Amino acid sequence: MNSLILQIAARYLHPLLLLYSWFLLLSGHNDPGGGFTGGLVAAASFALYMIAYGVEQTRRALRVDPLQLAGAGLLIAVLSGLLGMFRPAAFLTGVWIAAPFPVWGVLDAGTPMLFDLGVYLVVMGVSIKLVFTFAED
Amino acid sequence: MLLVLPIIIPLVIAASCLIALRRIVLHQFLTLAGCIVLLANAALLFMRVRHAGYIVLPIGSWPAPFGIVFVCDVFSAMMVFMTALIGLLIAIYSIAGVDAARKAHGFYPLVNILLVGVNGAFLTGDLFNLYVWFEVLLIASFVLMSLGGERRQMAGAIKYVTLNLMSSALFLTAAGILYGKAGTLNMAHLALAMRESPPETLMVVEMLFLTAFGIKAAMFPLFFWLPAAYHTPPVAVTALFSALLTKVGVYAIIRVFALVFGHGVEAALPVILVLAGMTMITGVLGAVDQYDFRRLLSFHMVSQIGYLLIGPGLFTPAAMAGAIFFMIHIILTKTALFLACGIAGRLNGSFQLKEMHGLLRASPILAALFLIAAGSLAGVPPLPGFFAKLFLLLAAFSEGRYALAAVALAVSFLTFFSMLKIWNEAFWKTAPQPVAPAGPIPFSLLSPLVVLCALILLLTLFGHPFHEVCRTAAAQLLNSDGYIAAVRLQL
Repeated sequence: MNSLILQIAARYLHPLLLLYSWFLLLSGHNDPGGGFTGGLVAAASFALYMIAYGVEQTRRALRVDPLQLAGAGLLIAVLSGLLGMFRPAAFLTGVWIAAPFPVWGVLDAGTPMLFDLGVYLVVMGVSIKLVFTFAED
Repeated sequence: MLLVLPIIIPLVIAASCLIALRRIVLHQFLTLAGCIVLLANAALLFMRVRHAGYIVLPIGSWPAPFGIVFVCDVFSAMMVFMTALIGLLIAIYSIAGVDAARKAHGFYPLVNILLVGVNGAFLTGDLFNLYVWFEVLLIASFVLMSLGGERRQMAGAIKYVTLNLMSSALFLTAAGILYGKAGTLNMAHLALAMRESPPETLMVVEMLFLTAFGIKAAMFPLFFWLPAAYHTPPVAVTALFSALLTKVGVYAIIRVFALVFGHGVEAALPVILVLAGMTMITGVLGAVDQYDFRRLLSFHMVSQIGYLLIGPGLFTPAAMAGAIFFMIHIILTKTALFLACGIAGRLNGSFQLKEMHGLLRASPILAALFLIAAGSLAGVPPLPGFFAKLFLLLAAFSEGRYALAAVALAVSFLTFFSMLKIWNEAFWKTAPQPVAPAGPIPFSLLSPLVVLCALILLLTLFGHPFHEVCRTAAAQLLNSDGYIAAVRLQL
């Protein structure tokens, strides 16, 4: 599609949507959101970009193959499960650190968030791959 | 640690393959390395379980029944070992046995995901988690089945996908009803809850589970997706599916009926027995007028599932031990037959028995290996197939099930004639006109077949100690108290 309005809109909406997907990912631990919805929003932002600019340019904007994103996500999710085993505890046991962090106060981070990041990447990668496949047919 | 590695290893390999998306040689190397590690891990797990009886791991340190537990008993450990072994052999066979286009479209990551699902199904102690692993392996198998996108492949895949999705829906329904009844999905907890529930009310759920798993295991009358689909993908994929997928279905039947419905299962047993008999008969009769090598083997796969169902159908320690022995034998034998079929088809350029010829002259090694596998399938003494059937027959006799024993014997003879048909057409028959000799069979195609046949012969030699192991596994399966105690429910 070659629409100037859509292209300009996509150029501004794309980073906003990505930012929103990060917000969803990070707020997901205690509030509605999480890796799955975040990943879908991120994929939607790339889908919008693709509708405006075409598949080739979106591939360039994404830099890596969407399946590589999914693979990296899978690896991160497995890693988050393995981290708990060093304590030693069972696979997927949550490990939390509460470290002082400038401005913020206390940074309360744990392996569930890492797992969610993995989910985010897997969902994003697979959804983008789906959209690309349909667009190329 | 040992208990989750059968899932983590293939998962990490699959993820790494996806990251190194275009480097097919690396995929091969990673998959081979992963399967070797997996095999070593499975062997360790088996030895540990033989010693300890059960190994239990609450995932995420959440105690049962609140979290998901992984439980490994001797039967699970045997199945995980077979999964790793078959995975490794198929990974070797696929080097020359699968075309480059399929490899470029993710053959190896998919095989690894399939292994993740199969291992998860064998190790989980949670009913809903079992459903999830079923989905994981089904999704991977859907893609593997249709990978390549040939027309007939799609026709087969549609039947396969539709029926298996229906089976998943039935499984989910049954799990939902059980959850509604008992308020838990942990299998050990369910087993406790079911003991207090009257047997009549269990019948509906039992039949739902039997139908759901029966579709996946290709049990009569829901087997027809298998011969319609299994001959369409490359032989490496068919061999992998035949070794693992239907067997996961049978495993689920055995596990759920032995553990969850252990008490109050009597009413369901005649149903399973009748279905077992019908599965044997229809499978072997369906093979009679087949002249496609792969379709013929697919029909035999169905008929062998019937033998496996005698175990949970009779529900005695002897029958269960026989079924477990049969399970190991049939995984080795059937994979060997499919791999031999793949090499034969490659040498002859066709899988149609009428067009095949002269393989005895072309490759005496292949002919010898085929004879070992085919003999074991038909139950020629002293191959393990003979003993596997003997154990099941003895179990049937001691329970007074003479009709079932007669059916099993007759089917065995028909299987023998079917194997003879393949031998006559593909191996014995001389070529109509002299053909140029085919080149040597690639090492990567022949070596897995040699290993499988060597294992079949080893099973012949060490049949007795192996049967002892099977009896331990069967005793463990039928003793649900041990399982429940091992899970340590925090009630």
